[in-house]
Order: sequence, then C-alpha cells, then structure tokens
Amino acid sequence: MKISLKINGQDLTAEVAPTTLLVDFLRSDQGLTGTHLGCDTSQCGACMVLVNGDAVKSCTLLAVQLDGAEVTTIEGLSDGETLSPVQEAFREAHGLQCGFCTPGMVVSVTDLLAKNPNPSESEIRHWLEGNICRCTGYQNIVKAAQMAAEKQQAA
Amino acid sequence: MYEFDYVRPTTLQEAQDLVGEDKKLLAGGQTYMPTLRQRLAMPELLIDLNAIPVLHGICEADDRISIGAMTRHAEVASDGLVRSKIPGLASMAGGIGDPAVRHRGTLGGSLANNDPSACYPAAVLALNAVVHTSKRSIEAKDFFQGLFTTALDEDEIISHVTFPSVPCAYLKFKQPASGFALAGVFACKLDDGFRLAVTGAGQEGVFRWQQAEAALNNDASFGDFKSLALEPDMIEDVHADADYRSNLVRVAAGRVVAQLREQLA
Ligand SMILES: Cc1cc2nc3c(=O)[nH]c(=O)nc-3n(C[C@H](O)[C@H](O)[C@H](O)COP(=O)(O)OP(=O)(O)OC[C@H]3O[C@@H](n4cnc5c(N)ncnc54)[C@H](O)[C@@H]3O)c2cc1C
Ligand code: FES
Ligand code: FES
Repeated sequence: MKISLKINGQDLTAEVAPTTLLVDFLRSDQGLTGTHLGCDTSQCGACMVLVNGDAVKSCTLLAVQLDGAEVTTIEGLSDGETLSPVQEAFREAHGLQCGFCTPGMVVSVTDLLAKNPNPSESEIRHWLEGNICRCTGYQNIVKAAQMAAEKQQAA
Repeated sequence: MYEFDYVRPTTLQEAQDLVGEDKKLLAGGQTYMPTLRQRLAMPELLIDLNAIPVLHGICEADDRISIGAMTRHAEVASDGLVRSKIPGLASMAGGIGDPAVRHRGTLGGSLANNDPSACYPAAVLALNAVVHTSKRSIEAKDFFQGLFTTALDEDEIISHVTFPSVPCAYLKFKQPASGFALAGVFACKLDDGFRLAVTGAGQEGVFRWQQAEAALNNDASFGDFKSLALEPDMIEDVHADADYRSNLVRVAAGRVVAQLREQLA
C-alpha cells in the first residue's frame, strides 16, 4: 500500500505491506535505527517516536496508519551535530548506561517538556512510567529531565 | 503477524458494511496490536476506525456528557468539560497505562475489550452510562457480560457513550508493570443513591459492590468496609491472592468514598 508522510521534516512516499509495523518501517526501510525495539507487549517504550507531536509506541502502530502524518524520531531531534537540550542534558547528567532505552527516554522527555515546561519530580516520574530502563535505576534520567527543563527555560 | 488486509474508512456506514467474522476493528491498537504481534488473532481484514470523524470528540447534550468511541484517554483526562462535570472519569483516564498508551488508546476499544482489570468498565458501570452503537443503545448494566465478553454483536460498532454529570472518584492499586488495576473502585452518587463498581478483582469481571452501596445509602458516613462481604470469587494470580485482593478492594473503597465525600460536601 502506498503512504505519504513526513519523517524528520522530509516528505516521503513509500510502498508498505499492511502488516509492517512503524518501528520496522523506520529501522529496516528508512535506516533510522535509533528507534529501538525492546519487547512485544507494548510495555518498554524503547520504540517511542513523536507522531503529530505526541509520544507513541512505534511497535504498536502499523506503517500504513501513518499516511498523512508527521513523524519525528530520535534522529530528528538534533540539528546536525548540535544536540537538542534534552539530548545534551542526558549526556551531562549521565542519564544513560547501555543506551538501549535512551532514544525512547529522550523522545518521551521531549514530549513532556513541550506540554509541561516546568514539571515537578513526581510529574517526571509518572510521565516516564511507559519507559523501562534496566540499567540506571532512573535517578539520573530524572535529573536529566530536570536539567533539560532548566536548559529550555534559560534558552 | 499473520497476513491481513487493511482499510481506513471515513464514515461509520462504510465500517459497518465491512465488519464481521474475521473482519475486525482497529481503534487505538493498544490491546489489539500486541495481540496480533503475538499471533493470538488472525483477522482477514483490519478496519481502522481512526479516520471516522463522528467517532471523535466530547460534547454536552441534554444534561449528559457524550464521548465518542475513538476519543483517546489523554483527551478525556485533559478535557475541561469532563474534568468539571465527571471529575472521577477524567482522573481515571489520566491514570491508564502511560502517556503513550493514553495518546492512542480509546474509550470504545477499552469497553469492547472488557479486560477484567481495565479501568473504564468500572466507571461506565458505576455511572450507569449508556453505550450507543451502530445498531442500538445498551445500558451499562447489560453491556458487561463477564471476562472479555460484552453484549456487542460481532458486527456492531460502539459510536459513543453518554454519561451523567455527577460527583465521582476512582482509585486503583496498580499492577506496576502495566498500570492495570490489581483492584480498582469507582464511586459516585446518582439520584437513587451511592454506586460502587469494582474492577481488577472479580473472577467474572467488573461488578457492583451492592453491600457497600446499601451500607452507604443507609448511613452516608459509613466507613467500615472491612466488615462487608464481597460476593464474587476474587482473581488469584502471581500479583495477589484472593485474600489480599479483597483487602485491596476494601481499602480502595474506603479511600475513594472519602474522596467522593469531599466533592459532596
Ligand atoms: C502498556 C499498557 C498499559 C495499559 N494500562 C492500562 C490501564 O492501566 N488501565 C486500562 O484500563 N487499560 C490499560 N491498557 C489498555 C488500554 O487502555 C487500551 O487502550 C484499551 O484496552 C483498548 O483500547 P484501544 O483503543 O487501544 O483498542 P484496540 O486495541 O484497537 O481494540 C481492542 C478491541 O476492541 C475492539 N474495538 C475497538 N474499537 C471498537 C468500537 N468502537 N466498537 C466495537 N469494537 C471495537 C477491537 O476490534 C479489538 O477487539 C494498557 C495497555 C498497554 C499497552
Ligand atoms: S518495543 Fe517495547 S513498547 Fe514498543
Ligand atoms: S540505559 Fe540501559 S536500559 Fe536504560
């Protein structure tokens, strides 16, 4: 089936099978391997991308459903070599260890700060309930989200 | 996934003409997509409801609030009308799963699925909401018919649900990995008295706790929920055995009724 959509600001038309998941379309067809696939139960959040501005799980959508949509993946958040404030904060606050959950975490925090620029620690923790990290214990992820909020407000 | 075809109709009539055995509806996909990925379903055709405008949105009509079947949990949680007129429904929707689940998951999908641990069934049953479909209107008391079973025919589509505007509250103890209810209680006060619906706990799915309702109707300040019988057999699983679950129901009822009293005061 033919779909037309925007990925990271670029218009694109593609042929996809009805059964292709958005995450597989991004990784295999588009070579955007920053989006990760971590489970088959829609629970881990490693696959999160923004669709029309909302964080969603790309393993739980079919690529055909994206006809006409705007998708932003982790690759679309930085401006070339210049990291987004959320990405910078994750680096500075040591918000990652193995990095597997990080694309989803960064996308999720980006969405949070767009909707709630100055979240409390508890709001951050609740928002990240759909992003599972097996390494960090979350402390530095929460710190990174707080640091990102400060950076964005200062900017 | 097994092979299937996909269509995205733009009117309810087109969807109605297509749906049937092996031709299944796709709403938010937060239940059905994982089901397909695990090869637990094998539809021939997926009918995507996401592009049918009449299924989306929230409005007030004849003193009731009408919510379209495809309205997302996040929209119900943040909508001004719902927050002011049915506060417990807004807070319930805001506690479903996680933000990404709430950005896609819908009212209609949750009701059609009738998971015994889902939140919406408790709200709809306690509030005595009316489920409107492509064929008829079904009162909540007739809609839920046990685990993952509803009054819906195979080719019937939920279009919207109408709710009364009343003080109400919801509280659940969560299964931490998913957010589903280990025990959840929705409480409200309708014209004919208090109503409490319990989810996550009963082996036959969502149910009204009539002993608690009777106790509150007899004495609005009643608080000794631990003394009351809970009739349905409780779910037993790795998260909680039957005794623990029934205790959670009693504790949740006490807390949620306290919240309801604050609204009624
Ligand atoms: C990680 C995770 C956590 C979750 N946590 C919770 C939670 O805490 N509480 C909770 O209640 N739920 C929870 N859910 C479930 C979530 O609320 C789902 O959105 C909901 O159960 C199904 O709605 P959907 O719109 O995604 O429907 P889908 O998955 O698209 O469809 C579900 C079923 O309903 C049928 N259907 C859909 N729409 C209609 C309609 N209009 N008419 C007739 N049939 C229809 C479909 O054919 C399918 O059989 C969670 C899900 C996930 C993945
Ligand atoms: S891959 Fe785990 S939620 Fe999508
Ligand atoms: S850093 Fe390894 S899973 Fe989060």
